[in-house]
Amino acid sequence: MIYIKLFERVGSFAEDKDIARAIRTEEILPYLEEKQVTLDFENIEGATQSFIHALISDLIRKKGIEVLDKIFFKNCNETVKGIIGIVVEYMQDKEE
Amino acid sequence: MEIHLPNSAFLGNIDPFIRSYRPNNKKELKISFNDAWVSVHPVVLCMVASLGLYVSNGGGEIFCQKPTATSKHYLERMGLFQILELDSEIKIKSHESAGRFIPLTQIFNSQELYKFITEMIPLLHSEPSHVEPIKYVISELVRNVFEHSESEMGAIVCAQYHKKNNVIRIGVVDSGIGIRKSISYSYETEDDLHALQLALTPGITGKTRNIGGTETNAGAGLFFIKSIAKVNRDFFVIYSGNALYKLLKTLPGSPIKLNMNPFEDRSSRSNNFPYWQGTVVGIDISLNRHQTFDKLLELIRETYFKDIKERKKERFKKPKFI
Repeated sequence: MIYIKLFERVGSFAEDKDIARAIRTEEILPYLEEKQVTLDFENIEGATQSFIHALISDLIRKKGIEVLDKIFFKNCNETVKGIIGIVVEYMQDKEE
Repeated sequence: MEIHLPNSAFLGNIDPFIRSYRPNNKKELKISFNDAWVSVHPVVLCMVASLGLYVSNGGGEIFCQKPTATSKHYLERMGLFQILELDSEIKIKSHESAGRFIPLTQIFNSQELYKFITEMIPLLHSEPSHVEPIKYVISELVRNVFEHSESEMGAIVCAQYHKKNNVIRIGVVDSGIGIRKSISYSYETEDDLHALQLALTPGITGKTRNIGGTETNAGAGLFFIKSIAKVNRDFFVIYSGNALYKLLKTLPGSPIKLNMNPFEDRSSRSNNFPYWQGTVVGIDISLNRHQTFDKLLELIRETYFKDIKERKKERFKKPKFI
């Protein structure tokens, strides 16, 4: 299991797409075949759609929607849950 | 170029101010003020600052009328003379800068944006629930400048809390390539107004012709921001090239409905304004009518995925929240 504490990387407001892309390409994507990933949003008060898109959309694009069986979103507040939900939905729409 | 700060220019009545702008002769900028009083939206100050920086960076000259209005202190506090390196001959006590405003600030990169978001925005308002959409709006708009504008001068940002109306007003301006050229990398555009329509439509971005965007760009940022204004029944203005689109306030009692097509919103729009090199965005966020961000996201989901949910709901996987 890969465990990523996002607060340590982006602070309480997750908006930096460059960091999101780096986490995705360097810490998630290379290991997805054999490991599960937990993205811990503890202490994150808010996130932009752009950040969440940069973090997870290409995982879905490259690995298919089944990748969500391997990714766990932990300690999300309602706002962050809402944004993740939107990104996941429109990526599935694209897949279809 | 000539720009005149009138007695009043907020998003609701910004059109005459923009129409009075003269974009000719980019080697000099003449700034003038209403003699009696100046009270303007932060986006107006951003525009003046952006023009001034554009001219001075190009080796041109700025001719600024000495403001005689009582509000010259306001212009000084908001940093207009400082950012343009003009001497207003006004001395402001340092403690006044701790008021509920963010003076004109030039942001060039992610590090400066992070500092701005974490240190400056909380000064605007004490309630975290109110600060959240402000952070969101500024982050997305400034990142749009970084990613799409090709602006050599970054983004000019300014914001102010108006106690009387309990509203926060935000402006973000750049002097880059403008919306039409940016969108035209991927889409054919008829004119600047058509480019604005495309830019405000979710799923469309200048980065790719694929609906849904690229790995880092979904083409949803401006739609989200317009939606924040819509659910709070506030103004939202975007101006680029010759086109201006203004989301008008949703009338009290009218149901809030988000539209994928911005022209279906209650709005005014025109394609015959003086040419603005770059992009201007202004937004108001009323705290009296403040809707929670969660409510906004619900509405966006309903709009964005109404048809999808009906057709494919049973086939969708859900994110696992633990």
